[in-house]
Amino acid sequence: MSLDHYLVLAGILFSIGAATVLLRRNAIVVFMGVELMLNATNLLLVTFSRIHGKLDGQVLAFFVMVVAAAEVVVGLAIIVSIYRTRRSASVDDVNLLKS
Amino acid sequence: MSALALAAPAVLPTVLASGSQTSGAEEALFWVLAPVMVLAALGLLFVRKAVHAALCLIVVMISLAFLYVAQGAVFLGVVQVVVYTGAIMMLFLFVLMLVGVGASDSLVETIRGQRWAGWLAGIGLVVVVAGVLGTAIYPDPVGMEEANADSNPVGIAHLIFSDYVFAMEVVGALLVTAALGALVLTHRRRLTPKRGQRELADLRVEGGHHLAPLPAPGVYARHNAMDVPALDPYGNPIESSVPRVLRVRGQEADAAEYAARIDRVLAGRSAKGDGDNVPPLSDPDGQQVGAPDIADAVAGVDLEGDDK
Repeated sequence: MSLDHYLVLAGILFSIGAATVLLRRNAIVVFMGVELMLNATNLLLVTFSRIHGKLDGQVLAFFVMVVAAAEVVVGLAIIVSIYRTRRSASVDDVNLLKS
Repeated sequence: MSALALAAPAVLPTVLASGSQTSGAEEALFWVLAPVMVLAALGLLFVRKAVHAALCLIVVMISLAFLYVAQGAVFLGVVQVVVYTGAIMMLFLFVLMLVGVGASDSLVETIRGQRWAGWLAGIGLVVVVAGVLGTAIYPDPVGMEEANADSNPVGIAHLIFSDYVFAMEVVGALLVTAALGALVLTHRRRLTPKRGQRELADLRVEGGHHLAPLPAPGVYARHNAMDVPALDPYGNPIESSVPRVLRVRGQEADAAEYAARIDRVLAGRSAKGDGDNVPPLSDPDGQQVGAPDIADAVAGVDLEGDDK
């Protein structure tokens, strides 16, 4: 087994995450899709780190994790405040600026 | 945690060689985990309820932690479990509980053709990613033995606090900002002035209601049933002494009747009041004057009152 398998797996996970962002309506599930994409990227970084024999890729993956944590905190706070005013977590319902 | 992270690399490389070539054990681990991960990720895409999607994502993340450790990224494997599955996914579940677990996706399309466009874009992305991964040329894998020479966490720490120390500082500022942002975003401004104990007491005095607790029901020494109103010093029944529920249901006992009975007893007659010929104070049979006639009391009142 070559290390390409890990890259293919990361590509599959990334595509599924992107499709989730595009197709799902629930804002929280959309957020989970973003998380899945970030995770797939981390797998890619770890694999490249192994291919090149350097730890820089893992450090980058670590920073990705930290930024993802910050992003989730702010994103979920936005979702909660939208839910408070609109009583809905569906991304389609946030169309107050339309028309 | 540090003990685990430091002890792991001593054990793991012997089992799953994190070198340039994959061992049989690592191959087996990959082929067990990869289908599970892809299925769970597809569950995220197709499952209806958001909670189930969160559980699917947790499966993917824990499997990823296994793959990290197998690839020699022990520190990241532990951080993946602690930060991603432990903190971030629990935060997701908290928000799900806050927003409502029952909320599931609506199938009404507000933008026409959005579903097909989404599928098309997703498949297009798959093609692009497959093309990039297929045509890229990778160098021969070097493996992590050299980089992990003095254990993986130590190597990462050396890098973070030397080459990447500025990025580390910036990330710290980012985390503080995010925490503040979450506080500000979820903060709710108070629209009405706060009502403390003092304000509530003032309000009650202004309203002119009872300041003390309401009088208890029942005419003591004769009846203590819930449906019998208490009497004020002048002998008038106090309406508010009977519980509101009984009053609403109409199960309140006749207050006037009970007040009259008291008067009759005080006048030395039978409580029933069916004649004036009953001798006062003492009865030939030794029966006490004014003793409640139980049958009469029960018949006079509704069935709900038990001990008359």
